[in-house]
Amino acid sequence: MADTAKPKGGTARGSASRRRSRKDTALGNEKPETLLDYYRQMLFIRRFEERTGQAYTQARIGGYCHLNLGEEATVVGLMDALQERDYLFTNYRDHGYAIGKGMDPKRVMAELYGRVDGVSKGWGGSMHMYDTQTRMLGGYGIVGGQLPLATGAALAVTYRGGDEVVMCQMGDGTTNIGAWHESLNIAKLWNLPVVFVVINNFTGMGTTVEMSSAEPELYKRGAAFRIEGERVDGRDVLAVRDTATRLVERAREEQTPFLLEAWSYRQKGHSVVDPAKYRTDEQRDEARSEENDPIALFDAKLAKAGILTDDLREEIAASVKAEVTEAADFAENSPKPDVSTLFDYTYATPVPNESRRMPADPVFAE
Amino acid sequence: MSVITYRQALRDTLRAEMVRDENVLVIGEEIGVFEGSYKITEGLLKEFGPRRVKDTPIAEEGFVGAAVGAAMLGLRPVVELMTINFSLIAIDQIINHAAKIYGMFGGQTSVPMVIRTPGGGGQQLGATHSQNIELFYSFIPGLKVMAPSTPAEASSMLRAAIRDDDPVLFLENLGLYNSKGEVPEDYAEPENSNVATIGRAAVTREGSDITLIGYSRMAMVATQVAEKLAEEDISVEVVDLRSLRPLDRQTFVDSVKKTGAAVICEDDWLTYGIGAEIAASIQEGAFDYLDAPVRRVAMAEVPMPYAKPLETAALPSVESISTVIKETLSAVGKRVG
Repeated sequence: MADTAKPKGGTARGSASRRRSRKDTALGNEKPETLLDYYRQMLFIRRFEERTGQAYTQARIGGYCHLNLGEEATVVGLMDALQERDYLFTNYRDHGYAIGKGMDPKRVMAELYGRVDGVSKGWGGSMHMYDTQTRMLGGYGIVGGQLPLATGAALAVTYRGGDEVVMCQMGDGTTNIGAWHESLNIAKLWNLPVVFVVINNFTGMGTTVEMSSAEPELYKRGAAFRIEGERVDGRDVLAVRDTATRLVERAREEQTPFLLEAWSYRQKGHSVVDPAKYRTDEQRDEARSEENDPIALFDAKLAKAGILTDDLREEIAASVKAEVTEAADFAENSPKPDVSTLFDYTYATPVPNESRRMPADPVFAE
Repeated sequence: MSVITYRQALRDTLRAEMVRDENVLVIGEEIGVFEGSYKITEGLLKEFGPRRVKDTPIAEEGFVGAAVGAAMLGLRPVVELMTINFSLIAIDQIINHAAKIYGMFGGQTSVPMVIRTPGGGGQQLGATHSQNIELFYSFIPGLKVMAPSTPAEASSMLRAAIRDDDPVLFLENLGLYNSKGEVPEDYAEPENSNVATIGRAAVTREGSDITLIGYSRMAMVATQVAEKLAEEDISVEVVDLRSLRPLDRQTFVDSVKKTGAAVICEDDWLTYGIGAEIAASIQEGAFDYLDAPVRRVAMAEVPMPYAKPLETAALPSVESISTVIKETLSAVGKRVG
């Protein structure tokens, strides 16, 4: 098992900063346009999420709202590892993945606003982004509920002799539920091309990995199912992309599941309304420090290599800002769903004898 | 017409649907090499091979959820859960996922799958293996819940369930597998138009004094009750619900409007049970026609005991249902035999 971001401290119970040492990937022969595209995508998700948080505090967005702030390099690196034909399942922290998989940000924002132009027509909201065309097969709100679905999607792929891969994203807290064990076991037994990706931000809501996992080195936990696991520094978009690409392509060729753990800093609380009081001042500073901010890190790296100039930085920032504003305006102006559509999506095959339509309607027609 | 068992009706129809549609596959515990705990899947592995007949580990959440995911991509999995009691392990995948995916993604993808599962008491299997918990699933919009009582229903309803684009809980009753009934000659033909309409109840026996409503095994018991009371010159109309969601209220309400009285027999527990919903619907739809309060005969509200006399006493019987029917009729001054 490769350990591409080997912890310096060695013990699992050491401080987070000791666990997460850096070993930068070199820019090597990367094309500048590829690097700038990653930079732009990460910045876009950052600004999109900031705008989302703002809209939430203004009560333009309801419900729960879990942001990808701090995890942008992980999102962009993972999404670039997938081919267009590959499928993606995620948990509730799904806005960035939806955009990264190719969904229209305007429609992602409209979904957050609960409008008809939303990707799920306003039926899903923050946790349930879905798009058949880009093969983003859903954000799911029950921790680990998406794991069995992902194995089943991969079963359908192999049943038809296809070569698509299914990526299944989850948080560190997922690795202790029954569906984790059952799904990894079935994926290996049935030779299913699934890459299970654990985003380890070291906190399942407010409970640390050490408090919840008897084996906190999560990438090792595939061993019980003979599933190879790797760990990658989620602050480094190139490292994430390289590792994920390797595993996705091996899953495709070898028709077998893999496990990838990506360390990633969650800059804020679990959701928009969580002030993260369970964090110490030191932990909060650590989560938000420039040293751990994937965009600041990548910015510095590209600037040092002369790829990102001041002018270019401003140009990208301006175009990202304009596009995010456009998405928010689109969402604002999209109509709210008409209540006459309330019964449109209960059954794919309509049922007879649907006597009660609205709550106060009589069960039997006059 | 030919006479076959409920078991054979299920087995032959399942096979016919697999022949008809390459996307139909069977997933479950002991369904392949073992040929099914209750032998519904006998012969399928030999005929269709392990690609289409998938034995699973004992991991209900894992394989039921896998079937949901496969259905999202267009396969039509038929899952066998060894007993409905084990569905509790998979209930997150059934209620939070199978039932919700069509709605919460705004109709972008459906979940065309069937979960076949037997249940019911009377086999001396003790508390955790003698339950009818169809209520949990019948409560959930997005699921369809079917409960056939005869071999003919088992065949036409299983065919409908497999061809339907929504997740269907297909309830079988351990007490029915060996029961026999008439089926059309072509019931096992792959191209068969004998497909039930999901959500239709049926008046299976006409009568004029009282309506007796049941489903699954209790629909069969209801027929026995009607036959016995006919000897005493009491005319019982029997309604077989067949589908618990969607629920065909109109059929039993129309029947009650005709007879003026109703008794409901159910194999589940009384409080909050299916019968409570039926009774409420009768009150809402036929109050002015009722000559007596609607009565319910259900399972005793205890964890099912193992000892035979206790178990027998806990289950509704021809005798207990007959007694309640006579009480209801005498309460309204109708002559009772």
